[in-house]
Amino acid sequence: MRPEISAQGPESHPDGLPLVSVRDLRTYYSIRGTFIDRLAGREAGIVRAVDDVSLDIRRGEVLGLVGESGSGKTTLGRTLLGLVRPTSGSIEFDGREISRLPERQWRPLRRQMQVVFQDPHASLNPAMTIEQAVGHPLQIHGLVRDREQMRLRVIEVLEHCGLAPGADFLAKYPSDLSGGQKQRAVIARAIILNPVLLVADEPVSMLDMSVRAKILELMLALKRDLELTYLYITHDLATARFFCDRIAIMYLGKIVEVGPADAIYADPKHPYTQALLRAIPEPDPERAVPRDLPRGEVPDAALPPLGCPFHPRCSRAFEPCGWESRDLRELLESRWARAAGAAGVEEEQAVVGDLGVLDRPTPEVRLAAPHGRSPAEIVALLERIRSEDPEEPFWRGIDRITAADTRVELDFHMPRQPQLERVGEVDVACHLYDAPPAAT
Amino acid sequence: MTEPLLDIRRLRVYYGTPGLPVRAVDDVSLVIGEREVVGLVGESGCGKSTLGRGILGLLPEGARADGEVNLNGRNLVGLPLSALRRLRGPELGLIFQEPMTRLNPLLRIADHFQETLEQHESGLTQAEARRRSLETLGRMGIPPTRFNQYPHEFSGGMRQRIMIALALVLRPKLLVADEPTTSLDVIVEGQILALLADLKDNFGTALLLITHNLGIVAEACDRMAVMYAGKIVEEGPVRDVFREPAHPYTRELLRSTISLQTTELHSIPGSPPNLIDPPPGCRFHPRCPNAMRVCAELAPIEQRLDERRRVLCWLHGPAQRVPSGGRLPLEPEAIGMADEA
Repeated sequence: MRPEISAQGPESHPDGLPLVSVRDLRTYYSIRGTFIDRLAGREAGIVRAVDDVSLDIRRGEVLGLVGESGSGKTTLGRTLLGLVRPTSGSIEFDGREISRLPERQWRPLRRQMQVVFQDPHASLNPAMTIEQAVGHPLQIHGLVRDREQMRLRVIEVLEHCGLAPGADFLAKYPSDLSGGQKQRAVIARAIILNPVLLVADEPVSMLDMSVRAKILELMLALKRDLELTYLYITHDLATARFFCDRIAIMYLGKIVEVGPADAIYADPKHPYTQALLRAIPEPDPERAVPRDLPRGEVPDAALPPLGCPFHPRCSRAFEPCGWESRDLRELLESRWARAAGAAGVEEEQAVVGDLGVLDRPTPEVRLAAPHGRSPAEIVALLERIRSEDPEEPFWRGIDRITAADTRVELDFHMPRQPQLERVGEVDVACHLYDAPPAAT
Repeated sequence: MTEPLLDIRRLRVYYGTPGLPVRAVDDVSLVIGEREVVGLVGESGCGKSTLGRGILGLLPEGARADGEVNLNGRNLVGLPLSALRRLRGPELGLIFQEPMTRLNPLLRIADHFQETLEQHESGLTQAEARRRSLETLGRMGIPPTRFNQYPHEFSGGMRQRIMIALALVLRPKLLVADEPTTSLDVIVEGQILALLADLKDNFGTALLLITHNLGIVAEACDRMAVMYAGKIVEEGPVRDVFREPAHPYTRELLRSTISLQTTELHSIPGSPPNLIDPPPGCRFHPRCPNAMRVCAELAPIEQRLDERRRVLCWLHGPAQRVPSGGRLPLEPEAIGMADEA
């Protein structure tokens, strides 16, 4: 399906080492919290943006890193580029450990690794001409003798990137260029130092459909001409299909599926990968908007779900996936949203009481009956909800529900963290593929 | 068809510049029936957002509109601002791309709804206003337990759901949604599209959905209009247009849409013209693979293909208006990459 690109890219390196090798990488951000929190010495928490990721980028390949906002894909890209310091783990570039290099030693490396960001408007300084912007890296690295030499090189890369004749663009400002032209200029600036690795973070997402193909074609041509290796970061599996040799699907800081692109498109294994594919709008009027997409959005990375991070949205989740208190809250709230305004919702809210106690993630719930209500009422409500929709995955997670003296006790099956395991041609982190096959 | 809900006739919207005006919407006619979902597609800069705003009278300072925008038989063009404001909300709703910029960060969600309902339906009791707000939010997937939270406590997708609910709580007859999912992730985009596609059944609301993504039009819309350089160049039922696009621009847009079914990358050479001084004849002719000599000289005349389809392209006639030799292929002017989008 993909256009022919030079068979395997440049010949693999004699020693067969991947260009980039990431092991057990963690990049955590600490949340500062409020001023009062800091005064009181309260810990506000951490966001595990990249949480134990291991990944290789082979020489000459295009690796697609795919996920929604909040998946950590951009942080992973920025960590590789040394723009963010990892919390732990290692990154080898060309056989050399780079994750702890001091800033001074990063400079020569940056000639070899370049980046193209999503928003071409924000990537170009509005006060710099295209000549200044594109030629800037040459000056920073002291690679040109004089203005004339710089100008010739800028014209050359502009034309290589489809801005021809390049001389006509030198004196222009970003505001004189269309969105596609700006992205061409950004790409020109990225390749002017002859990098080895190009990290492209959503390079076409902000562009019109009619322009996306042009930029993708340009990037494929540059890869062939300059023997580049790409990390293509995107939320869009449709554009990735044209581009990538291998795909890694990321969700809440973790890689949930990785393998050859052909295998992932032909037979996606993880329910999240399947959903990402199903959600892409098809220009086919016989197809209706899909109604079976995962509910909700990527949850808060500061307090990720227990077990599999995708389980709260997954229609196939079952016993070991990590059921917990917040899933009960979600169950009740989505029920009340569906029936909002109808009689009975406020009564149900009164029976359950304050949902705030469910916000701390635990694999068991001890729900005190509100004043004047009994635990039996809560149990009856839960059983009624279950009988109305017994197929709801939440109920698979329940081990038992008991009405005690003053409270209801819900115990979930113990969460287990899925690990990447080889299934066919891909690695996938999902309990559906646990051996021996678990019943669903 | 009975009286249409919205009947736009020969609408023009010009923006003033120090020099010549920008003809962003140039002689556009479009009808939207009750409960219809109509897609408006085209590249950036083709005038589709201006048309959407023109319908609601939400044009910037210095813009001039003439022609007719008839809503329920009443022409909105030239109405004083105060009268338009009364119509916005109860008759016409608008959803933008960036929901956060439209919600007031200092107001709770409940306050937004209370304010909107007080402004347009002051007769409602407080209990009734609350019930209706909760019900509308609920149908958009926002639970009553979050009614008293502030906009920043919601995710991007939730905010867009709140914006839609805020428009729908007034039960408008027509909702204009301008790229409502462009800043959302693909799964959330799908969720929001499903909500929008169901509006006609759940709320009896007609929808004009403005997008650059033909995949969205295919899945969510009944009818579509394709806009290029300020003009509607093709209009018809979505199925018919996709099966057999009549205008070369529509066909090229379809071919350049990247989806999972796409087998090769395709793009349209060049970029849309500036609207101060658009090309003579057909405005698409410099980029058109089918351009004929007549296309560079004479403006095309709207042709009806059947009672529901129309196209603005010389390929479809009228033959008697084409000068002799006019159907010979046009020597393609070299389109420099420099002009590329």
